[in-house]
Amino acid sequence: MTNGDAVATNGARPTLEVRDLIKHFPVRGTRGKVVVQAVSGVSFDLYPGKTLGLVGESGSGKSTVGRCILRLLEPTAGAVRFEGVDVATLSGGDLRHARRRMQIVFQDPYASLDPRMSVASSIKEPMKIHGIGGDLDQKVRDLLALVGLNPEHGNRFPHEFSGGQRQRVGIARAIALEPEMLVLDEPVSALDVSIQAGVVNLLEDLQDRLGLSYLFIAHDLSVVRHISDEIAVMYLGKIVEYGPAEQVYEHPQHPYTQALLSAVPVPEPGIERARSRRMLEGDVPSPVAPPSGCRFRTRCWKAAEVCAHTEPALIDRGSGWPVACHFSGSDGS
Amino acid sequence: MTDALTTFDSDDDSLPRPAAADAPLLDVRDLHVTFKTEDGMVSAVRGVDLHVDPGEVLGIVGESGSGKSVTMLAILGLLPNTATITGSAKFRGDELVGRSTKYLRKIRGGKIGMIFQDPLTALNPVHRVGKQITESIREHHPELSESDAMERAVDLLDSVGIPRPEVRVRQYPHEFSGGMRQRAMIAMMIANDPDVIIADEPTTALDVTIQAQILELIKSVQVRTRSAVVFITHDLGVIARVADRVQVMYAGRAAEIADVETIFHHPTHPYTRGLLESLPATTTRSGRLRPIAGSPPSMLNPPPGCAFHPRCPRAQIDVCAAEQPPLVPRGEPGHLSACYFPIAAPPETEL
Repeated sequence: MTNGDAVATNGARPTLEVRDLIKHFPVRGTRGKVVVQAVSGVSFDLYPGKTLGLVGESGSGKSTVGRCILRLLEPTAGAVRFEGVDVATLSGGDLRHARRRMQIVFQDPYASLDPRMSVASSIKEPMKIHGIGGDLDQKVRDLLALVGLNPEHGNRFPHEFSGGQRQRVGIARAIALEPEMLVLDEPVSALDVSIQAGVVNLLEDLQDRLGLSYLFIAHDLSVVRHISDEIAVMYLGKIVEYGPAEQVYEHPQHPYTQALLSAVPVPEPGIERARSRRMLEGDVPSPVAPPSGCRFRTRCWKAAEVCAHTEPALIDRGSGWPVACHFSGSDGS
Repeated sequence: MTDALTTFDSDDDSLPRPAAADAPLLDVRDLHVTFKTEDGMVSAVRGVDLHVDPGEVLGIVGESGSGKSVTMLAILGLLPNTATITGSAKFRGDELVGRSTKYLRKIRGGKIGMIFQDPLTALNPVHRVGKQITESIREHHPELSESDAMERAVDLLDSVGIPRPEVRVRQYPHEFSGGMRQRAMIAMMIANDPDVIIADEPTTALDVTIQAQILELIKSVQVRTRSAVVFITHDLGVIARVADRVQVMYAGRAAEIADVETIFHHPTHPYTRGLLESLPATTTRSGRLRPIAGSPPSMLNPPPGCAFHPRCPRAQIDVCAAEQPPLVPRGEPGHLSACYFPIAAPPETEL
């Protein structure tokens, strides 16, 4: 499957449709109440068996999007449709049923596993909550084997595992309920380089075997490139570019995407030292008072008058995928 | 960790004299660091050799538990007193191991500057940034008046790219963004014109666009002050960008030492090659990733012999598990690795 096919979906219905998602956090600041605009109108689709990489730096709102999808946070506005049903309208048993089919894996498995529970109990817990019958002990052994752990190690505790093994336990727990979709929130960021690769391979294998859809949230752009069919680049609560992963990496159209990709150091000294680099000035502005018009304009080398008063729509501007920039196009420097 | 940078102290321990021009600035031999813990003795550093030449950037790369940070903290006398340090670490020919706190305090923040991952550990939250910089300046230059030092502080903040430095000196660390704090820490460090800058994961907590700025700044500071830099990181991309020479650490020892091109193109230690191969390609979409089998060892109970042997595809158990392999020269001058079955150069496949 080439990435170019990722958008053309042969008529398949998306597993997940996110429309105009907004999440504001009211906070008490030094000057009274203010609103952190963490997510400001985000839309995307995730298709069965595909991986959408959601990338961005701190404050981009990428993790908040993931949590809103599972309703771990209540969205302020917008729709999250999972298999055609708006998750925001669900409650009680219906919400529980939907959550069974969408699970999340967090960055730090040490924080998400109860240190006083054996990993078998941790994996069993969601199955019990959802009233799954049968031989749960055997199911746990099967799951441990599926994620590449010794099936007989279920009676061990989280501290007896290494970081990579703990993340595998977290993944086993997430797939215990046979979900359709996983939200993977920085799943390998806390792991050593030599261990990351094994967990990424495991995620790819599970996707192939179980047909899972992944929303892969990460700041490590090389891992995202490796695993994603499509990527959505976020900046200050908005998607600035959204397209087939390989093409966006090869021909980024938005100035922010260009700067972001050029900032990633390449582990090859010859290439790394010969590269011309697009350096961004300054820091990301506060999401409490984002810039008018295009939110990236305060750091953008292409910014002009129009950027301050007209927000660029996220539309196809000739590249074949949507870009939110008045001056989108390949970086001619 | 903050005391060196915020405490006034003067003593008459004389600072080391300049050594011969070709001598290493920093020369570490057979350094061992052991921590007493509830679970037993942890050997974090187990015989590290390391040297830093004037003006070079030495990259130290390794995964968690490799001892890369502990080695440097030990040299600077910044470890808690549960640590036992043996071996030798000479700065300009003068021994640092076993020296008084006073002496080490004078060295660090003076001739040896430091930048840490989290600037908040080095900046005092209750003092204005300018005050902290002037204290650092005056600790090493007591002849300067408060106002001269403040003037210098403004210039320093300006020189590290902090906008409106005359306003910024009067602010507190929490009013700075992560990138700006790192700039302030660099300003503080260069205040005393160090010979060696030790940068311990200085960009790990930063976003990549800010990381790019800080790497650029460290590079320009190095050129400006003609200092040597020891750059500790787990990120091979960062190593590729900044290092002249690279030391790969594993389980408290040096696995391989070579110039940066050799490390990336002709590694001889299976661990070095494994690390490089486990990375996803950044220029093309790669096929399946190739992890290193197993996990890094527990330093409570490291494997006997070569600590990498349980994960090593080339290991022959009767040899590798018997004794620690010594660092031996390989081909290129300055290329050393510690392996009984090294990969022959040139390798069959380019990475």
